[in-house]
Amino acid sequence: MKRTRFVTQPDRKGHFGIFGGRFVPETLIPAITELEAAYKKARRSREFKEEFSSILRDYVGRPTALYEAKRLSEALGGKCRIFLKREDLTHTGAHKINNTIGQILLAMQMGKRRIIAETGAGQHGVATATAAALMGLECVVYMGRKDTVRQAMNVFRMELTGARVVPVDSGTKTLKDAINEAIRDWVSNVETTHYIIGSVVGPHPYPVMVRDFQSVIGREARAQLRRAGVGLPDVVVACVGGGSNAMGIFYPFAREREVRLIGVEAAGLGVDTEYHSATLTCGDPGVLHGTMSYLLQDKWGQIKGAHSVAPGLDYPGVGPEHSLFKDSGRAEYYTIDDEEALEGFRLLSETEGIIPALESAHAIAYLRKLVPTLSEGSTVLVNLSGRGDKDVATVRDIFKGGKEDEQN
Amino acid sequence: MNRIDRCFKELGRKGESALIPFVTAGDPNPDVTVEVVVEMARQGADIVELGLPFSDPLADGPTIQAASFRALEGGMNPKAFLDVVKRIRQRTDIPLVLMGYYNPILKMGLEEFADLAAKVGIDGAIVPDLSLEESDAWRRAARKHGIANILLVAPNTPTERVKKIARASAGFIYYVSVLGITGARAELPMELAEGLKNVKGCSKRPVAVGFGISSPEQVRGLRDSADGIIVGSAIVRMLHQEFEKNGPESAIKAVGGFVARLKEATGK
Repeated sequence: MKRTRFVTQPDRKGHFGIFGGRFVPETLIPAITELEAAYKKARRSREFKEEFSSILRDYVGRPTALYEAKRLSEALGGKCRIFLKREDLTHTGAHKINNTIGQILLAMQMGKRRIIAETGAGQHGVATATAAALMGLECVVYMGRKDTVRQAMNVFRMELTGARVVPVDSGTKTLKDAINEAIRDWVSNVETTHYIIGSVVGPHPYPVMVRDFQSVIGREARAQLRRAGVGLPDVVVACVGGGSNAMGIFYPFAREREVRLIGVEAAGLGVDTEYHSATLTCGDPGVLHGTMSYLLQDKWGQIKGAHSVAPGLDYPGVGPEHSLFKDSGRAEYYTIDDEEALEGFRLLSETEGIIPALESAHAIAYLRKLVPTLSEGSTVLVNLSGRGDKDVATVRDIFKGGKEDEQN
Repeated sequence: MNRIDRCFKELGRKGESALIPFVTAGDPNPDVTVEVVVEMARQGADIVELGLPFSDPLADGPTIQAASFRALEGGMNPKAFLDVVKRIRQRTDIPLVLMGYYNPILKMGLEEFADLAAKVGIDGAIVPDLSLEESDAWRRAARKHGIANILLVAPNTPTERVKKIARASAGFIYYVSVLGITGARAELPMELAEGLKNVKGCSKRPVAVGFGISSPEQVRGLRDSADGIIVGSAIVRMLHQEFEKNGPESAIKAVGGFVARLKEATGK
C-alpha cells in the first residue's frame, strides 16, 4: 500500500489526505461556512486570543501543572522519567473545557444565543453547560438514554448550571446517537444555534478548530518540560476516543519527528469481541457524522456499537487527523482493555494519590507495556486528561465484586 | 433518455406535477416493499423514492428513523436492497430513485454500487449527507452508469450556490421545504413558494419539493410552484400502522388509496 503523506494542516476543503471533509446535509452548509469564517477571523484576532487566554487562566485554571510521577515511575521499574500533564486539575475536571470556552466565544461572536452539544460520559456536556452559564446562553445537551442512567450525577451537574438534558432513545442510545440527535436539532434551528462538538470529529472546520483549542495542552507541556531542563520528551502518550485530548497534546510535537506519539484506544472486553472501541486498530475508513475517518462498521457500512468501561472512549469513530497520523505512520495506536485500564486506575491512585478518569487510566495502563521497551532514562509525557471522581461509583461496584454493565 | 427525464417531459406536456412517494426498503419486509411500490405505480405515482436504510440517518425525523431501524433489524442491506429493486423492475417501468446515506454506498465501492444499481433498474440517487464539494467521485460513477445524481437545495442555500448545485444535479433538483429533518408537518413555511421560484429561476431542470408534505391539500398548494412533490413520512407511517393492525394486504391497499388521492391533487 502507498504510504499516506503526513501533513499538519488540511487542504482548503478540510481534507487530511483522504480523511476529513464535509459530509453534511445541505441545510448545514451555510452554518459551517459561517463558522469557518468566524474561526478564521478569530485565529487572526488578538482580542479573541487574549480573551480566550484570560478565561483559560482565571476561570479554567491554566496553565495546568506538569508533574513528575516518581513513585509511578519506580513502580514501573524506575527506568524512565514520567511526566503527567494535569488536565484533571482544570475547572470541571477534564480537558473538555478548553474547547468549550473557545467555541462559546465563537458563538458569541456569531451572535448565536443558543448552544447545543452531545455528550457520552457527560464531561463534554458539563463543560458546555458550564461555558454557556458563564456567558448566559441557553444550552441543550443531547445524551443517550443509557448514558443518562450510567452518568446520572453529570446529568444533575448540567441541570444545576442551567442546561436542559435531552435523553436520546434512538439507535444504540449512546454517544453516536446523541450526536445524530444534536445534528438534527442543528439542522432544525440552524439560524439561532451553535453546535459545540466535543472532540476532533465532525465536518470541517471542527477537527481543526477543536485541535487548535486543545493544543494549549501540548504547548504548555512543551514549555514546562523545557523549563524543567528536559527538552523534548521521547514519547507522548494519550488515550483516544474521538481523540481531542490526544490531538491536543500531540499536535505541538507533531513536527518533531524524533518524538514518538502514542494513542491508546479502548479494547473494552477485547479486540476480538464485539465489545470494544478500538476504531483505528480494528476499523476501516468510512463516513460518519460529517467526516471521513476510520470507523467501526459492518461489511455493509452500517455503524457498529462501541464499548468501553470508560464512557468517554465509547465511540465507533475517531478524528480524521488521527486517521492521517495512523496511515502516515506519524503516530502509533495501541489498545488497553477494560481490565488493564482498571489496573491503571488503581496503580495511579495508589502510587501517586491521583485518581484518574477511566479514560486517562488507559494511557496510564499502557505505560506498563511501553516502559520495558524504552531505553534507560527516556522521558515519557502522559496526558492525564481527566479526574476520576465521575468514575468512583462504577469502579467501586467492579472492585467490590459488583457486575459491570456488559450490555454497554 | 433516462426514465426520470422522460417522466418529467411527459408530465410537462400534460400540465401535471410528478407525485413522488417514498418508502423504506425492507419495512416491514422486502415482499411488502415490492408489492407496495407496484401498487403505488398502479395508483398514479410518477416516480418512486426507495430508502436504503442506514444505522445513523441524521437527516431523518422519528418516522423514517424507526422505519430504517425496523428494516435493518429485518436484515435489509445494500445487496438485499438491490434484489428488491430487481423484483420491482420486473413488474413496473416506473422511475426508481434511491435515497441512501453515503457510507453503505462507499463501503460497497462507488463504481461497483453504481454498476449494480443501474443493472437492476435504479434511475436516480439522492445521498443527503453528500455535499456538492464531496460528491465528485460518486457523481462520476453514477453518470457513467446512467444514474441521475439528484442534489439537494435548502431554503438557506445562497443563490450562487443554488446555481452550482443545479449545474451538478441530474434528473431533478430536490428542494428541501423546511430548515429541518424529514417528517410530516401540519403547516409548511409561508416562504416556500418564493423559495421554489428562486430555484426554478436558477435552472431549467425540474424542481421537486420534499420534507414535511403529508396531505392532498398541501400537494394542491404546491402543484403550481413545483415540478414534483415528494411525500415520505406520511406514507411510511401509514404503511407501518396498517401493517401492524391489519396485515400486508390492507396496508398495501391503504397506501395505494392514499397515493391515488395525492396524485389527483397534482393535476393543474
